[in-house]
Amino acid sequence: MTEPIIRVQDLRKSFGTLTVIDGLNFEVKKGEKLALIGPSGSGKTTILRILMTLETISGGRIEVAGEPLYHMQKNGAEVPANEAHLHKMRRHIGMVFQHFNLFPHKTVLQNITLAPMLTKGESRANADKRAGELLEMVGLSDKAGHMPSQLSGGQKQRVAIARALALNPEIMLFDEVTSALDPELVEEVLIVMKRLASETDMTMLLVTHEMSFASDFADRVLFFDKGKIVESGPPEQIFKNPQEERTRTFLRKIIAAGQHV
Amino acid sequence: MGDWAGYLTLILQGAWVTVKLTVMGCALALVVALIAGLGRVSHVAVLRWISTCYIEFFRGTSIFVQLFWIYFVLPMTGLWSPTPMQAGVMALGLNVGAYGAEVVRGAILAVPKDQYEACTAVNLTRYQKMRHIILPQALPLMLPTFGNNAIELLKATAVVSLISLSDMTFQAQIVRSQTGNTIFPFVTILILYFIMSLLISTGMRYLERRATRGLDGVR
Ligand SMILES: Nc1ncnc2c1ncn2[C@@H]1O[C@H](COP(=O)(O)OP(=O)(O)O)[C@@H](O)[C@H]1O
Ligand SMILES: [Mg+2]
Repeated sequence: MTEPIIRVQDLRKSFGTLTVIDGLNFEVKKGEKLALIGPSGSGKTTILRILMTLETISGGRIEVAGEPLYHMQKNGAEVPANEAHLHKMRRHIGMVFQHFNLFPHKTVLQNITLAPMLTKGESRANADKRAGELLEMVGLSDKAGHMPSQLSGGQKQRVAIARALALNPEIMLFDEVTSALDPELVEEVLIVMKRLASETDMTMLLVTHEMSFASDFADRVLFFDKGKIVESGPPEQIFKNPQEERTRTFLRKIIAAGQHV
Repeated sequence: MGDWAGYLTLILQGAWVTVKLTVMGCALALVVALIAGLGRVSHVAVLRWISTCYIEFFRGTSIFVQLFWIYFVLPMTGLWSPTPMQAGVMALGLNVGAYGAEVVRGAILAVPKDQYEACTAVNLTRYQKMRHIILPQALPLMLPTFGNNAIELLKATAVVSLISLSDMTFQAQIVRSQTGNTIFPFVTILILYFIMSLLISTGMRYLERRATRGLDGVR
């Protein structure tokens, strides 16, 4: 019954001679909220980028919603996916980037409505209506006609969240969505994220350095180091009672840096 | 004095030919530059290859030679016998278009990788990505160099006198040989060329302002 919505099997990824992910396995259940934590350079971003098909893989296999992501069937054999297959698979997935990546030449409203109109053939009226609801949800109803350059970082990131949600993906990927923000703007984005997590049944994968947020947000936490999962479990276990020495070392450093866990 | 009015009319007739060559040459150059520039960044190898050949060929040979080939050699193949005006527009458009194509390519590649990735994340097709996200951001980057290219094209129009098209320079030579006066015709065309290039750069600056307006908020 609970077939995982994401299944990563023996995933490998190298950049030239640098192996970043080496034999990674994990599954994500439908609706699950997963936090990925770990030291910088451990491969967290790379995993999200691979799921968003922004990278290629060096080996292994990923299934999303029961279908291979980087492979497809051709004449009864499994071959590397072509652009058409990737395009089809991307409908399941949306992503919010660390640096927002809004379209600077489009208004806030256009940023949100462009893709639904182009990729799903939604009418302008429907797309505008949905965008209005999303802007209300992220608290930016009054900014629809603004250009991204007129917004603060926190506002930009909330627009980016609305843009991704407008396509109704089953899976949302968040890559350190608050780490490019000034400290006083972090909270407004986290509030939106918490609401999302509690009000939707979307599957969410979140990379973050905000441990207390990860703890509130996630059903399960994966602790990464050097492209491998060191430890995984519910937030209470990872944060209060970590089993692995590397997890404990990492958390000690985080606490020393001033965060509450 | 009536004579001078007549001579001035001759030069103005030439100026009209120069304007037509410039406008049509620029239009052709723009179309060709966009096609070849997009071809250069295409994911289809054959298109990249054809575009590169075109660009290298037209940048690597002189516009004189290109004009002679289009006007004198092309008809010998039996394919097409262009009028002098058509030959002039083609030579100018294809020559300047080759330079413009590199500008288009450079501008497309100058759009940050972030923007390409955002397009993938919202699942745009390659065409939609180019049409709605990349080109609108690349265009303001192209315009200043396009302005220079257009002025280069204007200055190159004089080569058509070699295939007996009566452009402004050609007419000035006629006036000079008929009157024996050098100063009048050449001062006149100096001023006229300058006015034309001023019009081009003013127009381009206006376009630049319009195209960049959205990017940094309201201006
Ligand atoms: N495009 C790339 N080319 C080369 N190395 C890369 C590239 N992207 C990431 N890396 C390397 O892969 C490793 C993992 O990076 P990343 O996934 O960004 O880690 P994290 O998000 O956990 O900090 C790092 O050592 C990084 O330098
Ligand atoms: Mg990262």
